[in-house]
Amino acid sequence: MSGVQRATASDSNAITSPLLSVRDLRVRFGTKRGVAHVVNGLSYDVAPGETVAIVGESGSGKSVGVMALLGLVPQPPGRVEGDVWFEGRNLAAASERELRQVRGNRVAMVFQDPMTSLNPVLTIGRQLGESLRLHHGASRREADARAVELLDLVGIPSPRQRLGDYPHQFSGGMRQRVMIAMGVVTNPSLLIADEPTTALDVTTQAQIVELVQELQQRLGMAIVWITHDLGVVAGLAHRVLVMYAGRIIESGIVDDLLGDPRHPYTRGLLASLPRPGRDRPARLFAIPGLPPDPVALPAGCAFWERCSYRLDDTERDSVPALREVAPGHHVACVYDVPAIERT
Amino acid sequence: MTIEILPGAPLRSRRAEVWSAVLANRLALGGLAVLAVLALAAVVGPSVAPFGANEQAILDRFEGPSWRHWFGTDDLGRDVFSRVLIAARGSLQVGVISVGIALGLGVPIGMVAGYYGGIAGSALMRLMDIVFSFPAILLAIAIVAVRGPGLTNAMIAIGIVYMPIFARIARGSVIAVRSEVYVRAARSIGATDGRILRRHVLPNIVAPIIVQTSLSLAFAILSEAALSFLGLGVQPPQPSWGRMLADGRGFIRQAPWLGIFPGLAILGTVMSFNLVGDGLRDALDPRQKSVIESRGQEIA
Repeated sequence: MSGVQRATASDSNAITSPLLSVRDLRVRFGTKRGVAHVVNGLSYDVAPGETVAIVGESGSGKSVGVMALLGLVPQPPGRVEGDVWFEGRNLAAASERELRQVRGNRVAMVFQDPMTSLNPVLTIGRQLGESLRLHHGASRREADARAVELLDLVGIPSPRQRLGDYPHQFSGGMRQRVMIAMGVVTNPSLLIADEPTTALDVTTQAQIVELVQELQQRLGMAIVWITHDLGVVAGLAHRVLVMYAGRIIESGIVDDLLGDPRHPYTRGLLASLPRPGRDRPARLFAIPGLPPDPVALPAGCAFWERCSYRLDDTERDSVPALREVAPGHHVACVYDVPAIERT
Repeated sequence: MTIEILPGAPLRSRRAEVWSAVLANRLALGGLAVLAVLALAAVVGPSVAPFGANEQAILDRFEGPSWRHWFGTDDLGRDVFSRVLIAARGSLQVGVISVGIALGLGVPIGMVAGYYGGIAGSALMRLMDIVFSFPAILLAIAIVAVRGPGLTNAMIAIGIVYMPIFARIARGSVIAVRSEVYVRAARSIGATDGRILRRHVLPNIVAPIIVQTSLSLAFAILSEAALSFLGLGVQPPQPSWGRMLADGRGFIRQAPWLGIFPGLAILGTVMSFNLVGDGLRDALDPRQKSVIESRGQEIA
């Protein structure tokens, strides 16, 4: 991988040392059919207080890629390589004990489905307080007090009364609020959100996105937000990484990337979105073909088979490196796609 | 009548909630009452019994139930009521301690086997299968034969016999729970495996274990009766329901009360444990409870 991408959240943010620095992260799984290469050399930085969205379709390795950051990929059958620098420590080389001190304390995770990520037989209060009790040795009382504070912060009415309630007494959106409260309970410096809005209806989605933005401003944490919803990306992220077949194929500041996508895949993703206010095409655009099988990845560009811009066979044999096409905007494609489009 | 647990209700501990749900269940309440009487008998039985366990009135032998001898007298003229009362202690003790042994060994073994799986997990479960493959009474007899008859050895034997059942239930339940997102979420906040097992997994599998506990308590009391019937459990002169059944079987035609009353004591105890176990299961499972609640609302 050629270009090391500097965190450039905004010009005013200057160049600070990154909070999270992932270098050449690789994850593969032994399966019955062979070795599945799920993540194939991810490198990116996240600056303190920055929001980075990781976009990609199902199976592009985005979830596994973040699970691996915290050592949450079961090994075996998984195998993780690469470096994960976080707050001066290489988590990839850390012991399980060291990792436990980071998990839930410095880095928190929010999962996709709020219906199943809360323990049905424990009260909300107990689950909210658990991180505090684990990492800060808080007493039941202190944990409860903080839990009330956080339920209030995430907008749950009469929080003190609801502390003793069980998850089944909350709606989906409420549960996701509780999950987010659980995430920020220890004031982490990084929140990893794995498709937290996917299971929610659109109105609730918007509320959750707004809530997270508000919390970020208040608490100053960095966020890695995994999603396949480009609408959420536009509203939330500073920077976007587009993943395909376990690699980053395009990255840049959100406006650059969404306004001027350079990779054929990113262009395809954007073209497949319905747009209000424009003449509606008869059918939505769909990228032809299917993502490659992680057990039998092509030797070259993983998108070659589906690419509508390809000119010849050259990219079948070598993986295109990320190159900078504009300041902070990198793309892993040899073609100048906008130029091709103009001709 | 149902107990409504409203979402906005003031803070109430889970224990209080469970108890109120159990108390609302009439059968469970009845079982609980019988068990309370039994527990009381176990504590104060010997001091309130009208006669001593081995007090003989040879002239009054084979007397039917009367105001003086509520449950009649046996072949040695001993008061059956007093003996049933005094034997409650031994039976309850055997039941509770042996099931405690079964729980204490079986549940951790099953949880570890289920959570980690792999070769070690399989090996543990095969070991449980070996124990399980013996007929319960035969295995208990074998253990007692090795260690010698007596109350303590009967308890150990019964505990070992019922251990695999708990291991299996725990393992099966843990396998169903371990891949849940909330277990992953617990790992993602830095909980250790031990903590995950204790705090996140155990409460989720407690319902089937409690039901099994109530059943096993019943069976353990039956097993103790069987062992005592065979002369391998409680030793004379200490009275025991099983032994009384055994002694009474020779006189079943002339003096049926010798078998009926200890038999009824066993039946009542076993049934009460089952009823309480059912009540607890209904109260302990919030998911099942919510289903019942929503049905109640539909009807209302």
